[in-house]
Amino acid sequence: MQVWHFSEMAYHPGWSELGDQLRNVIPSRVCDPKVAADLYHRYLDEWALCDELGLNIMTNEHHTTATCIDSVATIPMAILARETKKVRLLCLGMPIGNRMDAVRVAEEYSMLDVISRGRIEMGFVKGAPFEVTPANSNPATLMERFWEAHDLILKAMTTHDGPFNWEGKHFHYRQVNVWPRPYQQPHPPVWLTVNSPESAFVGGQKGYVIGVLNSGYQRTPGIFEAYRKGAADKGRTASLDRLAYMAMVGVGKTREEGYRRADHVLDYSRTSRKVGAQFAFPPGYQSPQAYAQALRMPGYGSGVAMRTMTLRNGKEADVFTASVDEFIDAGICFAGTPDDVFAQMKAFYDHVGGFGHLLMMGQGGHITHEDTVDNLTLFSKEVLPRLAELG
Amino acid sequence: MEIVDVRGTPVEAVIAGSGPPLLYLHAEQLFDQTRSHIDDLARHWRVVAPRHPGFGTLPMPVDFRSVDDLAYLYLDLLETLDLKDVLVVGGSFGGWIALEMGVRNTSRIGKLALVSPVGVKLSDRQERDFADLFYLSEEKLYETLLADAARSAPRFGELEVSAVETIARERQATAFYGWKPYLHNPVLKRWLHRIDVPTLLVWGEQDRFVAPSYGRQLAERIPNAELRLLAGAGHYPHIEQSAQLVKMIDAFASR
Repeated sequence: MQVWHFSEMAYHPGWSELGDQLRNVIPSRVCDPKVAADLYHRYLDEWALCDELGLNIMTNEHHTTATCIDSVATIPMAILARETKKVRLLCLGMPIGNRMDAVRVAEEYSMLDVISRGRIEMGFVKGAPFEVTPANSNPATLMERFWEAHDLILKAMTTHDGPFNWEGKHFHYRQVNVWPRPYQQPHPPVWLTVNSPESAFVGGQKGYVIGVLNSGYQRTPGIFEAYRKGAADKGRTASLDRLAYMAMVGVGKTREEGYRRADHVLDYSRTSRKVGAQFAFPPGYQSPQAYAQALRMPGYGSGVAMRTMTLRNGKEADVFTASVDEFIDAGICFAGTPDDVFAQMKAFYDHVGGFGHLLMMGQGGHITHEDTVDNLTLFSKEVLPRLAELG
Repeated sequence: MEIVDVRGTPVEAVIAGSGPPLLYLHAEQLFDQTRSHIDDLARHWRVVAPRHPGFGTLPMPVDFRSVDDLAYLYLDLLETLDLKDVLVVGGSFGGWIALEMGVRNTSRIGKLALVSPVGVKLSDRQERDFADLFYLSEEKLYETLLADAARSAPRFGELEVSAVETIARERQATAFYGWKPYLHNPVLKRWLHRIDVPTLLVWGEQDRFVAPSYGRQLAERIPNAELRLLAGAGHYPHIEQSAQLVKMIDAFASR
């Protein structure tokens, strides 16, 4: 089991002032650059610590939001490529359907891979629905742009005999010729984020690693199963190292301490959906059926339409008000003493049929630097060594 | 709805009424709510009202990219049906398509009647001519589009699931054609002088989506155009003032 520490680099000092909208429309005067500088350095220090703790590193990006001021994922990746020496660096990832210059993506990933001496894991993501707004990316053509960018980036990273031509539907270059070429051959491992059995099936067909985020007890087994079917469709058996699961983690010397840390990290879950419905449902991002279902939801348009999670008994809980125990029950959080966390992880692992990567949100929301350091350290010393027992 | 084969491309269309030919190009949404207006027009006209590819249930041709394709498709449609001296009526997005047809080829077009058309960029780069359809909250959206939203806005909770899916598909298709540049063709303004048929522009007095002042500027740029305002209507006069609008169109056509 590989474990990856992930932080969204939240600007939580602005949350209370911003209230119910934490994305898209928020004025940047709320962001004090001096406070942001301190936060960036703090989050980078926590990632750098991972190199000593044997935890891999994961970054992502969001735009115009106080929930995540990592607006350019490759910037912390670049800093960490130099600051760390051992662990692997995952960007999950690059919203390639929203990046209008795909060749630039190939250049960024190649350069990162070389500087890190081959420690890059290369995520390609569709991006959350509210991400099409800052990019002004057409949601109705997002996925065809995504796959064309994917094809072009991989071709650009693996072509080593001079320029080639690309005149596609969305990207046009007559002289693609990326320097440097990547350190890992033929290219760094590819990851996708996946939120449905349909996209998991495609991931399985392609043999990429899929990152499944906070999908919990109810939805994860179907997604992993679809991945295995996709692999079987191409005559392969999906190994566990193709499957990654993201959860919030709070470990403490006592159960109370672990719960308190998890509770702070879970501020992420309580805030990340504070977004206007029109940003959460850009037309074409979902199928017309899914969009119509949203439009028909009572309260659509007057508030946030997507704030529930499914508990193990099938009942829904409101993520804004749910307790740590409910998040644990849903399979979104592992919290308590190292023994508690291990037991919860084992139960979840067995329920979903196993996975090879834990994407651990060990920092989030209001957890302090000291608590984060202790959280990561305890996890690496008390939980990580036991994960081999999972199978 | 009938299927017309336009040089190998199947196009869904409402074909109704008898009289001189009228090509009706629908707006970006609420086609179901536009059907009674099409019926009103069909009293005096033979109306051909195609469902723009992507908006209906037929799959969109895979190589379609922009409103240009719709303009050429409907020029081909006029040829396929051998329609001559056609009155082309377009509402909002449909008016944009009509403008694109008009700058290309009017050999089969007698007159244009454009009801609050979009498609032409008149303001500077930091302004929008059209309110942001995609980022208005659901509550504000129909207040912006309609003079009387309480009377005419669709109520999603009361509609059939399939009817809401139709609106969802319309919005998706509108994004496809109109996301960026936003509901306009940057060079269309330059070619408006090519429209060489009499053109009526109709604007709802309470159009809060694109102001009547935009219509006035547009009328100045189209060689033989006149602007008429319609009371009690917003951006969709075909929904809110169908009878008045049909009267206005008939009067213009009979001159």
